[in-house]
Amino acid sequence: MALNRRSLLFDLTRAEVLAKGHVLPEPARCVQCGICSYNCPIGLDVRAYAWRGEPIFDGHCLTCGQCVARCPRGVLTFARVNLCAEPTH
Amino acid sequence: MATEYVIVGSGVAGIAAAEALRSRAPGASVTVVTEDPDGFYSRPGLAYYLSGTIPEKQLFPRSPADLRDMGLRWVQARATHIDVAGHRLTLADDRTIPYDKLLLATGARAAAPDFPGSDLDGIFTLDTLGDARRLVRKANRSGRAVVVGGGITALELAEGLHACGVRVHYLLRGARYWANVLDAEESHLVEEHLRSDGVEIHSHTRVRQALGKKGKLIAVETDSGALIPCHMLAVAIGTRPHLDLARAAGVKVDRGILTDSCLRTSAPDIFAAGDVAQVYNERSGRASLDTLWPTARAHGEAAAAAMAGEPTPYQPATAMNVTLLAGIPTTIIGALGSGSDEDLVAIARGDSERWRNATPAWVVVEQHAVNRVRLMLGERTITGALVMGDQTLSRPLQRLIAAEADISPIRDSLLADGNTILERIATFSAEWECSHAATP
Repeated sequence: MALNRRSLLFDLTRAEVLAKGHVLPEPARCVQCGICSYNCPIGLDVRAYAWRGEPIFDGHCLTCGQCVARCPRGVLTFARVNLCAEPTH
Repeated sequence: MATEYVIVGSGVAGIAAAEALRSRAPGASVTVVTEDPDGFYSRPGLAYYLSGTIPEKQLFPRSPADLRDMGLRWVQARATHIDVAGHRLTLADDRTIPYDKLLLATGARAAAPDFPGSDLDGIFTLDTLGDARRLVRKANRSGRAVVVGGGITALELAEGLHACGVRVHYLLRGARYWANVLDAEESHLVEEHLRSDGVEIHSHTRVRQALGKKGKLIAVETDSGALIPCHMLAVAIGTRPHLDLARAAGVKVDRGILTDSCLRTSAPDIFAAGDVAQVYNERSGRASLDTLWPTARAHGEAAAAAMAGEPTPYQPATAMNVTLLAGIPTTIIGALGSGSDEDLVAIARGDSERWRNATPAWVVVEQHAVNRVRLMLGERTITGALVMGDQTLSRPLQRLIAAEADISPIRDSLLADGNTILERIATFSAEWECSHAATP
């Protein structure tokens, strides 16, 4: 099978996000509408993390970005995991 | 004996207070009194329920089990009277509930329609999940509806009814949509989006009367005498804080229940939070109303601290809302506009009075087809911003405005060339974040 460069780039990016990133909520923008949880393919309650202002540190999170893309208020972003840094918020 | 905390209202202010009290005083009794049979749900989420984006059950952030686990006593009833001296709350069924500390988080109600015929079957306002259910049921993928009003709720109604398969006529009293927050071009973008969806907009048009047959709405007559046949009329001309309970108890009210910066009202052991509270801001020296979800949540948490005997002045965050205006992602931050809006008789939902405290400012705009950034520039800071479409700048601007960042280094270049706002703000923000990363 021919190597698909676009697919390879996508896979590498995803691998990097999976390894080094997580989804981070900003509670001040969130109105708890639940669109994030409704669209999570594995049924994580993303909204509950947003209420608590905690990153989605769930081993099952695929970092697929459905919640990030569908939130109508820009509550969720991908952030790099920096295990060495002091928490900034 | 355990302290008795009683909260009237099951919106986000009430629930945030209940949660904070439970954590601050684990042994205390916390009672929530609400007349809404649906309890706690996402009020802003009703727009997404109306548009069919989410099902009704998704609107509830807490399951009944979650609420039980919080150890709350839940009373579904209308509170009718407060005995301030005796510290007792009376309910509509004559039961009384004693309290040590009472929180009024009674919210706001849609202002009543102000034209003849407004009691006909088929006329709606949007306050509760019950209202949203009735709207969806009545819409039933057919017929024609008229929407009147301004602000975010009127748009939610127009778009929601359109999504329900109803032909929508949107009547604006003034020349354009939400004139005291948006500028003319921003209003135009919203209106064009609505038109492209098939919503018919009638500017400079008022409802003279609603006409009915056998008690049911059949048409709206406008001030020009035109008749628009319709089976639904949705009205969103603003909201008014629900003051009856407080007013009857002699608690000091203005447009809302007046509180100090720690959410304490004029009556002993009575507090107020959320849309009903008109909270004194130590910094501005003014007491203002907000109908924003995050503000209501912060009020609830601050009120709980005061109720638990640890009053800390509430520090209002920069007034901000992120919303879809006719499908266009829009962030509104800080002070942007002034004056009044003919379509609103009171504050709309998702609105802040602080947005309309714009001081004299230089306005710079970067405009693309559907993306637009408007900045209000003070002498050294950005005092307000409105970002429509691409939201890349919304978070950096939110940070710069909230921190009152000194933008002197780029101010002249922003004023000189409005076409490079995006790059200049992005670059400046990145540098500002680096230089401020060390300070908490």
